Amino acid sequence: MKRPRIDIEANHRLLTRRAAILGGVQLAFVGALGARMQFLQVDQADQFRLLAEENRINIRLIPPARGEIFDRNGVALARNVPSYRIVIVREDAGDVEAAVEALSQLVTLDPDEVTRAMAEMRRSAPFLPITVADEVSWDDLSRVSVNAPALPGVTPEVGLSRVYPLGSDYAHVLGYVGPVSDYDLERIEDPDQVLRIPRFQIGKVGVEAKIEENLRGKAGARRVEVNAAGRVMRELDRREGTPGSDLQLTIDSKLQSYVQARLNGESASAIVMDVENGDLLSIASAPTYDPNLFVRGISTRDYKMLTDNKYRPLASKSVQGTYPPGSTFKMITAMAALEEGLIGPDETVYCPGHMEVAGRRFHCWKRAGHGWVDLQNSLKQSCDVYYYDLAVKVGIEKISAMARRFGLGERHDIPMSAVAQGLMPTMDWKSRVHGQSWVVGDTVNASIGQGFLLSSPLQLAVMTARLASGTAVKPRLIKTIDGIEQPSGAGPSLGMNENNLRKMRRAMYATVNDRRGTAYGSRIIEDAVRMAGKTGTSQVRNITAAERRAGVVRNEDLPWERRDHALFVNFAPYDDPKIAVAVIVEHGGGGSKAAAPIARDVTLQALYGGEPPLEAYPTKDRDRIEQQQQVLRGIQPVANFAGRDQA
Amino acid sequence: MSYLEYTVKHVPSGPRKILYLNWPLALLLAAVACVGFLMLYSVAGGSFSPWAEPQMKRFVMGFVLMLIVAMVPIWFWRNMAGVAFAGTLLLLLGVEFFGSVGKGAQRWIDLGFMRLQPSELAKITLVMILAAYYDWLPSHKKSRPFWVLIPVVLILVPVAMVLRQPDLGTSILLLAAGGGMMFLAGVHWAYFAAVIGAGVGLITAVFQFRGTEWQLLKDYQYRRIDTFLDPASDPLGAGYHITQSKIALGSGGWTGRGFMQGTQSRLNFLPEKHTDFIFTTLAEEFGFIGAFSLLTLYALIIVFCVVSALANKDRFASLLTLGIALNFFLFFAVNMSMVMGLAPVVGVPLPLVSFGGSAMLVLMLAFGLAQSAHVHRPRQGY
Repeated sequence: MKRPRIDIEANHRLLTRRAAILGGVQLAFVGALGARMQFLQVDQADQFRLLAEENRINIRLIPPARGEIFDRNGVALARNVPSYRIVIVREDAGDVEAAVEALSQLVTLDPDEVTRAMAEMRRSAPFLPITVADEVSWDDLSRVSVNAPALPGVTPEVGLSRVYPLGSDYAHVLGYVGPVSDYDLERIEDPDQVLRIPRFQIGKVGVEAKIEENLRGKAGARRVEVNAAGRVMRELDRREGTPGSDLQLTIDSKLQSYVQARLNGESASAIVMDVENGDLLSIASAPTYDPNLFVRGISTRDYKMLTDNKYRPLASKSVQGTYPPGSTFKMITAMAALEEGLIGPDETVYCPGHMEVAGRRFHCWKRAGHGWVDLQNSLKQSCDVYYYDLAVKVGIEKISAMARRFGLGERHDIPMSAVAQGLMPTMDWKSRVHGQSWVVGDTVNASIGQGFLLSSPLQLAVMTARLASGTAVKPRLIKTIDGIEQPSGAGPSLGMNENNLRKMRRAMYATVNDRRGTAYGSRIIEDAVRMAGKTGTSQVRNITAAERRAGVVRNEDLPWERRDHALFVNFAPYDDPKIAVAVIVEHGGGGSKAAAPIARDVTLQALYGGEPPLEAYPTKDRDRIEQQQQVLRGIQPVANFAGRDQA
Repeated sequence: MSYLEYTVKHVPSGPRKILYLNWPLALLLAAVACVGFLMLYSVAGGSFSPWAEPQMKRFVMGFVLMLIVAMVPIWFWRNMAGVAFAGTLLLLLGVEFFGSVGKGAQRWIDLGFMRLQPSELAKITLVMILAAYYDWLPSHKKSRPFWVLIPVVLILVPVAMVLRQPDLGTSILLLAAGGGMMFLAGVHWAYFAAVIGAGVGLITAVFQFRGTEWQLLKDYQYRRIDTFLDPASDPLGAGYHITQSKIALGSGGWTGRGFMQGTQSRLNFLPEKHTDFIFTTLAEEFGFIGAFSLLTLYALIIVFCVVSALANKDRFASLLTLGIALNFFLFFAVNMSMVMGLAPVVGVPLPLVSFGGSAMLVLMLAFGLAQSAHVHRPRQGY
């Protein structure tokens, strides 16, 4: 089978030629690969290197620890405590439902929470941890940790959660925190990046919301290297954030808890304020609620219960609620007249039980009338006619101006939610808002704190403090921020005639301590702490002429909503005023009966710095007070004070 | 010249054969394999397990296999070509029924000590049978239609079987290698022109008629083609791999990030970092210089094979060596094009570098054949 040599040579030449062609193609391709390599690795290196870094490096924010809040003595009111939660990472878990199922074998899961978590998981990136159980106990946590190998994608996490140790006592003052909502993000201009951390909590109402900037602190950041799945491989560097500033309130925790306990069962509010420096020692409002519920996320049912309650537990009646000040306003009318020099030293007015003004009959609360009354007696017995008479002489503009000097109709600058401005009407205001001109009858109504007038308990407390100190003291709620003392509320002199002020104080003293005074039943008999005050009963309805003829229906017989508000303002001790108190009991009936006893208890509690001795009370009250003290001792959170920790 | 025309008297015999091996080629292979060990050590995070150590053992085994194959006279391998090809077809048939399905669809037969992918073996045996065929075929018949049809059938049978697995990458390589063999053997260029023309025409028709009533494929098939051709249209699927791969290459720059410093591979942004995409790790860690060096090593292997083939007067030996070189070229060219975003992602490993036993052993077997051809080439003065 020898082949011709020529054939072999030709074949080999052909093979060489073809091999050269194919080799050329291969070489060209290798060249193309090299060129591509050069293009990617040299020409575009910078761009790709950047992309690689973007791939690799992630910036994670470290949420700052929120500032804690203490009372004036260092009792903790809002703390951060470690809380344990269980999170699921969808991507690691694979079958999320199976993971939840396996988890529910170990710990009890709230079905609502699970539903919410499932929904959240569908929305968010697969490698983001989603909380399925919050506030997990240590036992449950350890059980999950031990079984971790059997629970892919399920990890326990530790975080800080806000706790209000005194709970409902501070609901209205402190408010509460909650996760940032879309609404919050829209509302806040240029929101801090830290707000975008899932479940980051910010103040929603109260001090928590108003002092948010200080409490929040600054977020830290860590640069981390992540892998393709977004998992953190290592930390490259870390910049710690600044924790939020701690706050100290002017509130005295012990007093606050007492006052809340004392108001328990009423729809009421009480304020205790230092007359010199304006420190708010207590701001109480009842009924109240547990802010801790909101931190954890309140259930719809609980929330509905709060909103449907006709006593409005969510509202802070002390700063947000406005009421006609009633007879507590009479000091303002009297001061306006005194400062104008319209009341002579021994001037008296005759009260026949009513007074005709501009063809309309205005009644005194006492149908039979008070007879001849001077300034002190008019206040002591709360004679209305005397003030009708003064009002007609002084005029609304002077009264309104005087009210403003005493802090009524002014929105006081304290960091609580919805601080009310109240209303002190002027002629101009009425024509502007109601389109009607002011009539003298309006002035007459205003003189006894009725008609258009509205004021909050806070404003009444400020008014009383200013009467007692003669200075334009301002309320103060924040004592220190980050240990720095905040400006005191002490103000300059009101610039009023000291004699006039003294007259008013003496009349208020008589109101409480004279046998015929409207608040005689709520007097204090310990000389060192005697108080001076004024009752108020403000109508929430008009009494028609027909009704008056038929005999005015007694408050107790009316439905709750239509009963009068009971008010009482006082300062004490009379000789050297230290505190001013304002109490309002919504639809409580008469001020002397419903509000004054509360004010007395609160005053004594504040001045004694704890439970007062029974000797301070009149003899006949002592048994009842002793019983009451026993009851209140039971409902105050005493245990919390045992371990007072100083900030 | 055919082996019948020269025998033992023209070639070295006994242990002396070892001196006549194509040693530069053997050293080049070892150099490339060492690059592989280095990269496997790196992608494992600086560890010999789980990849570098088994790979080294396999290379040693492969090298010994190459030597053994090289010692056996080339005419024995020529005579074995038909048997080997038939055996491969049987194995391919066997995996249809007894094979295990791994990631994707590459099927193998478990031999106990290694997993054998018959499709890998097919690349070599196809080259062998074609080389033997054209060695046997009188040269004046090689362009006659009937004698062209036979090799076409020989190519299409294994291609069809591999395609059924389905392993598109390997079938394209088989098709290209077979076509290349026919071209080298000197089949008239008009056949190639016709096939290429028909192919281009068909593809043009498929795309031209898209959206008209003469549309040749279903819509979903078009979409698959789109994704195949342009992975960027599917950024989380095929496109993700290519994007990350390009980022890795690009971030290497001139000199790379340094050994074991590649973030893309270390942080798992790269898929299949120890197999098909291992080149990206090399490019990221050693930069353009490292990547281009590997490309040069590959090119040198091709050059040494071609030089050895053209110096060989034995037609079977020349064709076989050229075919093996072509196969090797297709391997790394397709893999590199893929990772550099020049070609769609098909599962083709980087030869001698990627982790994988079957491919390594089959390649070393192939180079053993090339070495045998080199050792047993007819020499004038022997």
